[in-house]
Amino acid sequence: MEVAVQPGIEREHKHRPGFWRAGVLLSALLLALPVLVVFSFVFVPADEVWRHLAGTVLADYLGNTSMLALGVAFGVLLLGIPTAWATTVYEFPGRRLLEWALLLPLAIPAYIIAYTYTGLLDFAGPVQGLLRSIFGWSAGEYRFPEVRSLGGAVLMLSLVLYPYVYMMSRASFLSQSLSTLEAGRVLGAGPWRVFFRIVLPLARPAVVTGLSLALMETLADYGTVQYFGIATFTTGIFRTWFGLNDSAAAAQLAALLMSFVFVLILLEQYSRRRLRFYQTSGRYRHLQRHRVHGYRKWAVLLLCLLPLTFGFLIPAGQLLVWAFSIAEETLDQHFFQLVGHTLTLAVSAALITLMLALFLGYGRRLYPSRRIAFAVRLSAMGYAVPGTVIAVGVMLPFAWLDNHIDDWMRAYFGISTGLLFSGTLFILLFAYAVRFLAVSLQSVESGLARVTPNMDDAARSLGYSPGRVLRKIHLPIMRGALFSALLLVFVDVLKELPATLILRPFNFNTLAVRAYELASDERLADSSVAALTIVAVGVLPVIMLSRAVSRSGQRDA
Amino acid sequence: MPDPLELRQVAIAYGETPVVQGMSMVLGSGEIGCLLGPSGCGKTTLLRAIAGFEPVREGAILIRGEQVSRPGYTLVPEKRGIGMVFQDFALFPHLDVARNIEFGIAHLPASERRSRVNELLHLVSLPNIGSCYPHELSGGQQQRVALIRALAPKPALLLLDEPFSSMDVDLRENLAREVRQILRSEQTSALLVTHDQSEAFAMADRIAVMQEGCIRQWDSAYNLYHKPADRFVAGFIGQGVWLPLLRDSTGVLRSEFGPLFPDTVEMPHQSKGEPGGEMVLEMLLRPDDVVRSEDGVPAEVIDKSFRGAEILYRLRLPSGTDILYITKGHNDLPVGTSIPVSIEMNELVLFTAE
Repeated sequence: MEVAVQPGIEREHKHRPGFWRAGVLLSALLLALPVLVVFSFVFVPADEVWRHLAGTVLADYLGNTSMLALGVAFGVLLLGIPTAWATTVYEFPGRRLLEWALLLPLAIPAYIIAYTYTGLLDFAGPVQGLLRSIFGWSAGEYRFPEVRSLGGAVLMLSLVLYPYVYMMSRASFLSQSLSTLEAGRVLGAGPWRVFFRIVLPLARPAVVTGLSLALMETLADYGTVQYFGIATFTTGIFRTWFGLNDSAAAAQLAALLMSFVFVLILLEQYSRRRLRFYQTSGRYRHLQRHRVHGYRKWAVLLLCLLPLTFGFLIPAGQLLVWAFSIAEETLDQHFFQLVGHTLTLAVSAALITLMLALFLGYGRRLYPSRRIAFAVRLSAMGYAVPGTVIAVGVMLPFAWLDNHIDDWMRAYFGISTGLLFSGTLFILLFAYAVRFLAVSLQSVESGLARVTPNMDDAARSLGYSPGRVLRKIHLPIMRGALFSALLLVFVDVLKELPATLILRPFNFNTLAVRAYELASDERLADSSVAALTIVAVGVLPVIMLSRAVSRSGQRDA
Repeated sequence: MPDPLELRQVAIAYGETPVVQGMSMVLGSGEIGCLLGPSGCGKTTLLRAIAGFEPVREGAILIRGEQVSRPGYTLVPEKRGIGMVFQDFALFPHLDVARNIEFGIAHLPASERRSRVNELLHLVSLPNIGSCYPHELSGGQQQRVALIRALAPKPALLLLDEPFSSMDVDLRENLAREVRQILRSEQTSALLVTHDQSEAFAMADRIAVMQEGCIRQWDSAYNLYHKPADRFVAGFIGQGVWLPLLRDSTGVLRSEFGPLFPDTVEMPHQSKGEPGGEMVLEMLLRPDDVVRSEDGVPAEVIDKSFRGAEILYRLRLPSGTDILYITKGHNDLPVGTSIPVSIEMNELVLFTAE
């Protein structure tokens, strides 16, 4: 008996954990490199350009970025929380549809909604044209709010980012126990007091999580603020990098922006931890939906229709109109090449991040330790890092590396290797991996969590080898999670603008870059086909999300 | 002083499905009542209607003499002056224990609030947990906090919805007794909902046994056990079997154990047939009514379950009727042995045979 057992144990130890552990630590280090590089520039003495920035525009960057974040915070809370509450506790016409349709604005990148509304609302646009023809005004006789302003940017970003708050607070409302609210009622609190003293405080960690996600996107936004001509950190980094050609000062700006982001990361992590305590036992009754009547019914419906209309229906409709008007000219060879480029890039990035996520996810499962867990979390940090910061953070080390390789090769072999890493797609894919690994990792880990260790043991005890356990147990259970990991990264890459803009090889265009460039040249209609493609593909993960949302909604039915 | 709770012919329905019908009862001041019944009998629905979370379809609910529910009118829960302890305790996880307790007395000045919180925490012997959060407490501690939170505003009536169902079985009775003492010391009238008899017996002065939305009997525990109003109550409360009897024309009850109490027999609850004629009856025989006696009927041990202090035996009489017999835990009889038994009882519970 002993003889038969012994080889099995031997085999267990044969695949060397040391190798895997080292791999996890190494890839974590590599993925954290951009952020570390950016931060290392804090210690580089300030140069002439930095002193110039600090004396002139830095106050603007700080002021505008803060105002933008503050405004968006206010906007997403105002749009997200009431809609989440209404769809959770009220029954009204169209509630089922709105429940998931309220997520749709998430499919529209902020820079696209920004230039769509610009086209709609500027002097030559249909809205002002209509007003002029109705009231017989002519140019200069009336004042129309300028959409290309800080206020406009707040509005645009709020319209597409409120679904984060909507989604998180709704999930929290759905999980709240009816008896907790009833306890408040029998203790003498009316419905409003119960909402503000119990429901909202209980949802606060979830709301803060949603809010910090929305604000991370706000800080990362480059397209909207650039298009609206607002000087923020992201546009400043661009200007310093390309305009002033000073990488050190750009990195220092990036480091400053990152400290804002870190506050958000800490806030988010803290609220997620609190979220666990706020969930009560499993025996509770869920909130019940009750029917509203009369004018209140229409008020609730209107409340939910507003964000959907302005955040999705109007901009998507406008894009559609533009796209039809110019489809013939745009759908040419050039466009399909653009699609080809984009697809290649997005698919490769999705596959690479999935591989990395699997490697890290299994690393954490097979060799659980504090160090590994920390390394995995470090690798996933990039989700919060703005694309511009990542671009700066990858460009600096790889450009340095390229130069040294080139020097060395020229010195010893007389060959110039040029920009081996930083001038090719490699650097772009690497940046995507840094930025989107967290998305992939989250899917993979939630999939892995569904395969309990006991399942492994059960399969092994039934005579399956580890390889067969992987194929027969893990793969089928995780299939959905792996697919969503691929899809989510694919769509994120499709929408990504600033990092692509900085890091793409010369003359290599993607849909996002092209749409943005055309829009910047005031060729709004021409950019609509590319933009519409991005939005259409972006709807896919929203549908996926919404299915998860409505599933969670069925529990209380 | 008006009674803390009165139900007058209350009926409740979900849509077309009636859940509670014709419910009438009065809970006296300082009394602890209990709604006892199998799951789905409507007891929780009734409790929620008393709290104001469900409307009534017929009848009326009165709290301290004031009509709070009638068809078309339901006073909101926060204005009823009641307290409620929920099955899952429903403590507010974002507030510490002290602020949980203060929630219902927010209108009082801070010093009074603090002294009331202290008083209540001492009442449940947990003086030092005021700054703890609910997730830091054990189940038993959460239970006590939920109770004193409900008591803080000194409600006219305390409602408890299966308050011990998440506790360990051996904890339940002790807790129930403790809660009873706390309610006594606060002089609070209470209504408890449970499906567990031992809980009901440990806590309540009066118990309403419910079945299919109706009250079958509203009585003390002793009477429910010894004078059940109908077959359902007799079967639901305690253990026992039905022993067939024949009442002959002279009024003597004849059973397998011979003639029984020829003088003291009252008419069965559900009398049928001719008053003077022969009648087939059934008698409720509790395990503690059966005694070992050398001149008794021989009965064979079929089955037994050991319960520590006592052993419950299933015995088979010569006629094939099975009866239950309970004895001290050290009287261990092997299955298959035969012992002579007879009957000793004070209250006779008779129903006509079905």
